[in-house]
Amino acid sequence: MLKRIEKMDESCASVRIADASYPAPFRSGLEYSAPARGTWNIVHTGMLLPEGHEIFACAASCLRGVVLTAAEQGTSDRFSTIAIRENNLLDGDMEQLIIDGVGDILSKLPKRPPAVLLYTSCIHHFTGCDLKLVYRRLREKYPDVDFTDCYMNPIMRKSGLTPDQLMRRQLYSLLKKQPLDPKSVNIIGNDFATLPSSELVTIIQDGGYTLREIQDCRTYQEYQQMATASLNIVYNPAAKASALALERRLGQKWVYLPLSYDYDEIIDGLNTLCDTLHLPRKDFSDRIAACEAALDKAKEVIGDTPIAIDYTLCYRPLSLARLLLKKGFNVRRVYLDSIGEEKADFEALQREAPDLMLYATVEVKMRFLHGTETGGHGEHFLALGQKAAYFTGSDNFVNIVECGGLYGFDGIIRLAGEMEDAYRYPKDARRLIQIKGFGGGCCL
Amino acid sequence: MKQTASFISTYSADVFGVASALYELGGMTIMHDASGCNSTYNTHDEPRWYDIDSMVYISGLSEMEAVMGDDEKLIGDIVQAAKELSPKFIALAGTPIPMMIGTDYKAVASVIEKKTGIPTFGFATNGMHDYLSGISLAFEAFAERMTQPQEVIPGSVNILGLTPLDFAVCGYDRELVSRLQADGFTVLSTWAMGCSLEDIRKSAAAQVNLVVSWSGLAAAKKLYALYGTPYVIGTPVGEKFTGDLLAALHQSAEDKTCRDLCGPSCPDGKTVLIGESISSLSLAAALKREGAGDIRVICPVCCEDHPGMIRALDEDELTSALAGAETVVADPLYLPVCRDKRFVRLPHEAFSGRLYRREDINLLTGFDRLKSEILG
Repeated sequence: MLKRIEKMDESCASVRIADASYPAPFRSGLEYSAPARGTWNIVHTGMLLPEGHEIFACAASCLRGVVLTAAEQGTSDRFSTIAIRENNLLDGDMEQLIIDGVGDILSKLPKRPPAVLLYTSCIHHFTGCDLKLVYRRLREKYPDVDFTDCYMNPIMRKSGLTPDQLMRRQLYSLLKKQPLDPKSVNIIGNDFATLPSSELVTIIQDGGYTLREIQDCRTYQEYQQMATASLNIVYNPAAKASALALERRLGQKWVYLPLSYDYDEIIDGLNTLCDTLHLPRKDFSDRIAACEAALDKAKEVIGDTPIAIDYTLCYRPLSLARLLLKKGFNVRRVYLDSIGEEKADFEALQREAPDLMLYATVEVKMRFLHGTETGGHGEHFLALGQKAAYFTGSDNFVNIVECGGLYGFDGIIRLAGEMEDAYRYPKDARRLIQIKGFGGGCCL
Repeated sequence: MKQTASFISTYSADVFGVASALYELGGMTIMHDASGCNSTYNTHDEPRWYDIDSMVYISGLSEMEAVMGDDEKLIGDIVQAAKELSPKFIALAGTPIPMMIGTDYKAVASVIEKKTGIPTFGFATNGMHDYLSGISLAFEAFAERMTQPQEVIPGSVNILGLTPLDFAVCGYDRELVSRLQADGFTVLSTWAMGCSLEDIRKSAAAQVNLVVSWSGLAAAKKLYALYGTPYVIGTPVGEKFTGDLLAALHQSAEDKTCRDLCGPSCPDGKTVLIGESISSLSLAAALKREGAGDIRVICPVCCEDHPGMIRALDEDELTSALAGAETVVADPLYLPVCRDKRFVRLPHEAFSGRLYRREDINLLTGFDRLKSEILG
């Protein structure tokens, strides 16, 4: 029986931020996968389409993860598969396999779904499968069903849009052109609805606009109402392609209001929103004061406890680290594998906190660099995010993935509260972090 | 065959079978895959992931590497990791795209072995076969390469085909070892739960092998061919059938004859078992010894032809095979196609992953309860 390795050389798995490279602080090589599984995958995100049915056409190894994602989520009744076998590659009948397979599935479902998300895989890309023909035939045969092309092709993750970006784009691809309502706005591209207390939401609603997010749509018809919005708001960087596609197809304007932890950038974003909606700009000094008070209160409770942040918590972990460091928190580590649009924060941290440590999450050595002793070097961390909790071996952690709907000043205030709460009350990390697609439903 | 599953799950794949088989042996297993395989495996198919730090990784294959047929990156990454982590062996297992580009696993393994001096295996899995074929490939290769001639120890036995994918982590493996020991056997190795590479190296000292799932059969045949070790096929289930198996083990140890204790299945039986062939046929045999009527066994995964056993490789075939059944004993994810039948839940990790782990049944200690549920 294997035993944990107690000592592990951390070189290549961690680096001082002052010595790190942008955008890839770590070498590329074999990859490990930590048992922190709260982030959503393409099955979870696709299930946001109300009344939609997902069909995956892939090899068994690829189907395994998505079938059980749906089963654990309790959405197996909206999920079906077409298994690809060796003979399909040799026979060149991939198109017919999909067309017949989809037909077979539709004929067996107790109720015809209004929309089907059909996921193809790396194999289709490499065999040159004529997907246009497939979708054309399907649309001809089943005019009462809207089909959209979705992709589980991780081999393309370094070539153009990633599967995650494609998923967020295709989720809105079924919206049909309608007259635009100048008083209607969408927030798109997130797995979680934005909290109603966020300034983003209150500005829109107080300004007399109708706000829609896909999480609020209970029927396919309600989802279609999102096509009437004259403006799409994006704050998940992975959803920019979605907004671009909607602008091209439906004429919906869009703005990117990044989810930042920098007060000035938040104000810039909210001012942009007000300007775009022709609303008077607001004075946010009371909100900033509230943020400061919340962070001060959290600091009083948490003190100098070492803090580790990971990239699954939010889209901008370095921006968050900067804010917390400015407020005197003892942020010691950030777990991430690459740095995206945070170049400015990265460079600022190199100057302001050169000893801040960056840790990889997929580097091979991370298999052994976990737990309080080996991963946390015997120190007890407050972890912000599931991977940080796993690697530092801490049960005191903020259990949020992908921002959890927290945005703006309100998001910072709430996050400070979550930190305080996490410091005071340990959680069952082992159980919680292993739930797939946290917050999206779970039968475990 | 439409190869569709409108309602039911998918069995774990060959590439995950390789990783599961070798998990506890101190090696490094690399799934040659773009992304996703490791997460799928360790989430759904590997209950030991959180507690035992086994070196299972993916290669992170990219489109450009695949298009250019760039094996150098793969080899370089594995060599580098091996030098830093010093695994006892290296195993490389494939997925669909490497198969499509004709990756020569034996050649890649040979190059890695030359560069590292570590025994390296290349398994030409492709993600399109079920887990049993992967486990089988791995165990067979280890039987061939990692065992060596030994002086036979009287009354000793190896257990072949033991992984959490078929037997979960509910204590079946330990209970089985206890039963064999209580019957006077010395258990040399348990391929491969609660077992080390050193145990496997000494497997040739066994007087007899016990094959508890189809995944151990190829290794058993290999050990028979190499060392003349006879094997007995059957999964110990329930007292009576287990007693018969133990007797057969003693007999085979004595007369060097291989035996299969799985009785014929009855294709018209009103009670249906769905699952891995040897454990399902064994369960059927155990139930028959307890007074059950005819039992129909349906096997949806790799198996040998067996009298009366029905193979069903997709949902349509399965639905047809279930015609006339009254009681179905199967993993709960089969329930959607068994709505009109009496259903007895028998979770199978290889089908439902971690979903029903709390309901796992130890086929030795939990047989009586299961029998009562099945027989009513």
